[in-house]
Parts: sequence; structure tokens; C-alpha cells
Amino acid sequence: MTHPADIIRSTARLRPTALLRTTSLALIITVLFLPFLPLLIWSFAQGWYFPQLVPTQWTLANWAGLASAGSRVGQGFVQSLVIAGISTVLALLVGLPAGRALGLMEFPGKGAIKLFLLLPIIVSPLATLMGIQFVLIRLGLSGTLVGVVLVHLLPTIPYMTLVLSSVYANFDPGYEAQARSLGASPSQVLRTVTLPLIAPGVVVGALFAFLISWNEFLLTFFVGSGRVFTLPMVLFTSLQGGNTGLTAAIAITSIIPAVVFLLFSSQALQNDAAIGGLGDV
Amino acid sequence: MTILLQTNPNNQDDRNTEEQSNHWAIPWHAYLLVLPAVSLIAVLFGGGLVLAFLQSIGLMGLTSTGAVSLDAYQQALTSRQFWQSLGLSLYIALTATAISTVLSIGLALLLLRAGRWASFACQLTLPIPHLVGIAGILLLLSPSGVLSRVLVHLGWISSDQDFPLLVNDRANLGVMLHFLWKEIPFVTLILLAVLRGIRPEYGMQARALGASRWKCFWTVTLPLLRPGIISASLIVFGFVFGSFEVPFLLGSTFPKTLPVLVYQAFTDLDLNQRSVAIALGLLLSGVSISLIALYLWLGSGKPFRRVMRRAQG
Repeated sequence: MTHPADIIRSTARLRPTALLRTTSLALIITVLFLPFLPLLIWSFAQGWYFPQLVPTQWTLANWAGLASAGSRVGQGFVQSLVIAGISTVLALLVGLPAGRALGLMEFPGKGAIKLFLLLPIIVSPLATLMGIQFVLIRLGLSGTLVGVVLVHLLPTIPYMTLVLSSVYANFDPGYEAQARSLGASPSQVLRTVTLPLIAPGVVVGALFAFLISWNEFLLTFFVGSGRVFTLPMVLFTSLQGGNTGLTAAIAITSIIPAVVFLLFSSQALQNDAAIGGLGDV
Repeated sequence: MTILLQTNPNNQDDRNTEEQSNHWAIPWHAYLLVLPAVSLIAVLFGGGLVLAFLQSIGLMGLTSTGAVSLDAYQQALTSRQFWQSLGLSLYIALTATAISTVLSIGLALLLLRAGRWASFACQLTLPIPHLVGIAGILLLLSPSGVLSRVLVHLGWISSDQDFPLLVNDRANLGVMLHFLWKEIPFVTLILLAVLRGIRPEYGMQARALGASRWKCFWTVTLPLLRPGIISASLIVFGFVFGSFEVPFLLGSTFPKTLPVLVYQAFTDLDLNQRSVAIALGLLLSGVSISLIALYLWLGSGKPFRRVMRRAQG
């Protein structure tokens, strides 16, 4: 039994514990941010030679270099945006009904179907990619945006379905029944009841899918055949070249949409009901 | 409408049973709803695997002779490189998954009582592309990187030659650090969401009945967290095991991880190597699927129990 005195003692201990927690958290967050530091400095540095701690000369040339056609950053940005946008919409279209079934209904084989839908994100896509590549070449889809969007559905559909099934699991279909009994048509119910209620979770799902497609490298690398230049492809090429300053500027550019998206929807990412779906495989 | 919104029931079990009775009679409705997603994955993922298999046994592909041949598998399985790469990939994936899972449990518990700003800051690496992390880690940890410069400045080392090799090193420390940096926030995000869903009353009850903080963690929090831990570590293991760009750019040059070996064989000028690459890729998938199945079976038994229950009616 806990003696009342123990409880008082543990309350007294709370302050050093809180301090320790804050300190360790600050340390962890600093370490997480550390890799961004050299990127940031390099993107403004001119000839930052070893062992200088800070560059002797600062420049905007690396950032100006992004705009030049040779860097392909503009093209990469647009292609990434188009591919991620289309993959997200397509994943949403098939993820919404699937999420509803998996989140709200019980049916034989549900566990197996859930596991099957997860396969593309837990099993390496390499074998699949090499298999598909042969057919995509025959169909003339290798090295095209259509081909890349198709393979980007491999990771986006599973994440979308998982998030949406969790969203639906926390949705009460009683609202729909209520609206129907009050005379609303099915489409009215969808527009005025269902969609507004699940909207925050849908935002999280779309966010996840968009970022997964935006960040995807391997799938584009295999199917794009060097002709589809998304931003990760531009960065990969630059990483293997020698211009560190330009590489750093490209790297920072490719995280801008992710950060903007996150800040814009920081509220949405606190949506535990939606994120919790990932913890329920 | 306001009243409707406020009466959101918390008891999920009641609702599920209700739904179940509503839809149990017509499960085809549910199947119809999952059909588009399932068929797309079946065509793209399953279809891709079948096509890969046909190419690996020589029934399809650029060098196909039209006859079944297991040469590609024989070549793959008898090469020393395959076994070395498999060992390296397993070592990296298992170590990275274990360390990031354990650390994430601690971080999630820390964040549970911290402010929302802290959990937000800890999740900032989540949407960052792997390639950006790779670039950052290269510039931070390479012999002429920022860390090395700081150490020279502090007088701890005199030149970049004294700095330990942390990227493209034999122990693959750079690869490991990158995965920890990227996956700990991912696992933490999932665990934190699960933790927030656990009623604090359970813990309070255990504490009130005299359980120590430690005992409360082992007997109450951890078991409730288990499904989240299993799914998160599963996704991390699968991802790390099949990751290409991280070991390609940060890893040791020899031995290579399995995905890098596959890529190297696939882009070989000798087209006969292509079927070997596909065989290697299928072996990679096979190993990963069997390990995942084993882990699910050992870890929770949940999917299997469900099947059993159904079989018993």
C-alpha cells in the first residue's frame, strides 16, 4: 500500500524530474536538428574549407543556382508536385471506401485483407518494381509520369487506407442514420454529415500520402528511367556530383513543402485517432 | 446538431457490435468497399511479383529462351556475396529496429507529460526525405564534416585523418545513425498516439494499489502499448531491410546490403545478370515476408487468433 507520506514525497520529487525531462527533451531535439545545420550553412557558403568552423565568405550563388535550368530544380519541383498530387487523389478515392469497410464493419477475412493492403509498405518493392518495369516498357509507360504515378500508389494506398480506417473507427454512423431518418438523401448525408465529420482525419491521410509520394526515391528511380526528374532524383544526382553548396540548397528546397504542410496542419497531426491507425496493424 | 455532436459515444465496443449486426448479413457490401484498393494492390504489387517470378525462371524477359530454368536462383544462392549481403542487411535492419523501438518507448513516455510543442519538435524529421537526411549526415559526420571541424577547433584532433570514419564505414555506423534519426520520430509518433488513447485510470489504479512506478510500466503501460510497438517495429524493420538509397550513399562499399546488390546486378551491362537481380529481389522479399510472419506469430498471435476463432465458428 502506498502510504500518504510516499505520495507527498513523490510530489516533492516532481520538480527535479520535470527539470530532467525538459533537459533530456531539449538534448534530443537538438540532436534531431543537428543534420540540418551543415545543410543550412553550406547553402550560403562560398569555399568552406577544412578545418574552418564557419565559412570565410558568404554567398547567395547556390540559391541563385537553383533557378538556372541546368540544376533542373524547377522542373523537379513541378513534377514532384504533379505526381504527389495525383497519387494522393487516387489513393484517397480508393482509400475512403476501403477505410470505411475496415474501420466500421466486421467481416470474415478482415484481418487478412488489412495485412494484404499493408504488404507494399512492409515488403521491399524491389522485386515488384523489376517485374513491373518489363511491362511498363512494353506499354510505353516506363519513364513517363503515368508510370511513376502508378507505382507511387504502392505506398500511398496502404498508408491512406490505414489512416482512414482508424478515422472511421472513431466515427459514429449513428449520425448518418439520424440524418437519413430526418429525410436527408444519401448524397446529402455524405456532403453535410459524413464528410465534415471525417474531414480532419482525411487531411491527415492526404498529408501522409502526399509526403510519402513527394519523398519517394526508389520507385521513381526504377520506373522513371532517368526521364522523370522529381526533386529527390535531382538531389540524388547532385549528391553524387561535387557541388556541395548547390546540393545543400536543393536539399533545403525539397523540405520546404513538407515543413509548410506540417505547420499548416500541425493541428491535424495531433489527431491521435488518425495516427493511431498506424499502430493497429 | 450541437447536441448530436456532443453525444459522441466513447464506448467503441457497443458501436462495433451494433454495426456488426447491421452488416453481418450482407458482408458483400464490405467486400465491395475494399475491392478497389485490394484490386489495385493485387495488380500492382501481386502482379509485379508474378512478373518478377516469371522473369527469374526465364519464362519472360529480354534473355528468355522460353524454357523454365533455375539458373538465376542457383547463381544467386551459390554466390558468397549474396550471403554476406543478406547477413549485413539483417544485422542493420534488426539492430536499427531494436534500438529505435526501445528508445522510442522512452521518448514517447517522456513526451506524454511534456507540452505539445515538444512532441511537435520531435516529429519534425518525420516528413523529411531520406535523401536530405543523408546529405545532412554526410556533411555532419564525414572526415571533413562539421563535427570533425568542431573537434579540430577544440583541439581534440589535429587533422581530418584523426577523425573516426563514421560514413561509408565498415560497421555501417552512418547508416545506423541515419535510420535512428529518421525512424525514432516515426515510432514515437505512433506510440504517443496509442499512449494518449490509454486511460490514465489504469495506471492510477495500479499505483494506488501499491505498484511501483517501474512495476506499473511493466505490467500496465507496456502490455497496453504492445500492439502499437509490434506494428511500428514491423513497418520499420520492413522499411530498413529493403532500403536502397541510405546504404547506397552512407553504407560500406563492401559488403553491400541486399538491395544495393540487387540494383548492381539489375544495372549490370551483362543482360543475363538481370534475371539474377530479379531472383535476388524475390529472395529479399521472401526473407522479409517470412521474418514478418514469424514476428507477428511470436509477437501477438492476433491475426492468427482471429483466424482460429473464425474457424471454430
